[in-house]
Amino acid sequence: MSAPVEWSVLLPLAGAALSYLAPGRWAVVTAVAAATATTGAAVLVAIGVWSDGPASVALGGWQPPLGIALYADGLSALMLLMTAVIMLAIGIYAAGYFRHAQEGTSGWRESDAFLPLWLLLFAALNALFLSRDLFNLYVVLELVTLAGIALLVLAGGSAALTAGMRYLLAAFLASLLYLLGVALVYGEYHVLDLHLVRQTLDPSRLTWLALALMTAGLMIKAALFPFHAWLPPAHASAPAPVSAMLSALVVKGAVYMVLRLWTDVFAGDISMLAGQLVGFLGAAGIVWGSLQALREERLKLIVAHSTVAQVGFLFVVVPLATGGGMADAAWRNDAWSGGVYHILSHALAKAALFMCAGTILLCLASDRLDDIRGLATRMPLTAFAFGIGGIALIGLPPSGTFVAKWLLLGSAMGQQQWWWVVVIAAGTLLSGAYVFRVLRLAFTPVPGLDTRLRVPALMEVCALALALAALFLGLRGVEVLRLIEAGAPLGVAP
Amino acid sequence: MDLFDLYGVTAVVLLSLSLYAFFYAANLLRRVIALNMMGSSIFLLLVAIAYRNRAAEPDPVPHAMVLTGIVVAVSATALALVLARRLVQETGLEALPEDLPEEEGEA
Repeated sequence: MSAPVEWSVLLPLAGAALSYLAPGRWAVVTAVAAATATTGAAVLVAIGVWSDGPASVALGGWQPPLGIALYADGLSALMLLMTAVIMLAIGIYAAGYFRHAQEGTSGWRESDAFLPLWLLLFAALNALFLSRDLFNLYVVLELVTLAGIALLVLAGGSAALTAGMRYLLAAFLASLLYLLGVALVYGEYHVLDLHLVRQTLDPSRLTWLALALMTAGLMIKAALFPFHAWLPPAHASAPAPVSAMLSALVVKGAVYMVLRLWTDVFAGDISMLAGQLVGFLGAAGIVWGSLQALREERLKLIVAHSTVAQVGFLFVVVPLATGGGMADAAWRNDAWSGGVYHILSHALAKAALFMCAGTILLCLASDRLDDIRGLATRMPLTAFAFGIGGIALIGLPPSGTFVAKWLLLGSAMGQQQWWWVVVIAAGTLLSGAYVFRVLRLAFTPVPGLDTRLRVPALMEVCALALALAALFLGLRGVEVLRLIEAGAPLGVAP
Repeated sequence: MDLFDLYGVTAVVLLSLSLYAFFYAANLLRRVIALNMMGSSIFLLLVAIAYRNRAAEPDPVPHAMVLTGIVVAVSATALALVLARRLVQETGLEALPEDLPEEEGEA
């Protein structure tokens, strides 16, 4: 039972080192084997949580508070599955991408830094979702960021380097703010283990200051408005498979930590006002990101600004899931499940959209909106995948986003916080506006532009698979919700 | 005022200085150094925290955190320096475009 939890971190980490050292073809073989085995471990973790409930592993046999434990509950298991599915799809997509981008090469091998960094990011994300220790979270969050930035600058050129540098400065500051918060918590309560922190904390000014510092750091890393300025250029200038990883998974690491801290670890110490304030920033992010997405002329920048807006949605979950003590626990639980559902659904849809945008940029040598007119006849499968991904992003049924928004709206009405109903509805309309702005052009036939382009099938199929997964995620609501509830902090909270 | 207070106060002063430097400097090297200074101030705070009980033996856990934190900071700094150097080679600029005065940014 305990084995898969450790293996899901160890396997990709070992794979990263081996595929860096292995010569030629063996690098590819090692990386594929490691990624496949990691996915197997993630599935085993999920099966274990599904049948036996949350699992805790004390590394090296040392129990907290002295040792560092890994912990897998339903939330962690779902995040592991999400990471595995998307990382695998991105890995396959990348083979097609690099083969096409560097004409006459065999794909992965020539972009030799890609495979080890891809696995390193895989390992760091898994470790993040399994960590049960405030300081350990700091270390793995930094690993996630460093691997992500190293992948970003693989694109080369001054745009990617500038974006990477800006991202690194913001992320470095963010991680230090988080570390300062952790230092304050340890200084006052002498514990770092999340479960012990939850039991030991009491609401004091110092607790609030520590939580504020940690949250500020995480907000920068999650690119919540007004700390989002680094994200659009970074996500837009990365190579296509890396854009998908950064937007679908890397920002989710920080969002996941905010959810853990606010709804679980610090849940008892949060005032109503603080939750509302975080939600307000989320609402501002929705509006700002959507408006920018409506103004942009380049497809990758539109998709990147959409991430700023969607991260806003995830922060709107905070006031609904914390509720400030006066709300009904069932409504808070709905908001929390909705938030997790939104993370999953957005990750799948956004990875698909960035893959499509990358394929378009590669094949048309431009991703300007003017140039994607008539896309549906020239690259039908990619246009179709973009459409499906877009629909899943907006939240039309039966997509996962639909279930997420349904739960969030119900929770907002049940708690009589009607202003969040307005925010969610307006945000949904805005996302509809910027998605259909792209689709309208892509599906308008242009006379003279009706020859099908040669597009690597691998890239189109991966994007379509993720888009369809996002669309049909809503149909498996019962299973996903049951897994979310396994060890759900709010399910057992008083 | 004993050693604990002295370390704590120094940490806060260093933290404020480094934040000021980070937000007001444009030069990339200066900003990276400011971040390292900020890291050091937090490490100093942790060292002070280890001695918070004024006991003969300090708490070893913050020391372990400082050691790990140094490793993380060194890795991030290394990446930042490599990026900054590549950026200078590629663009000839030692700062991010938005931090430059107008006429220089367009040149």
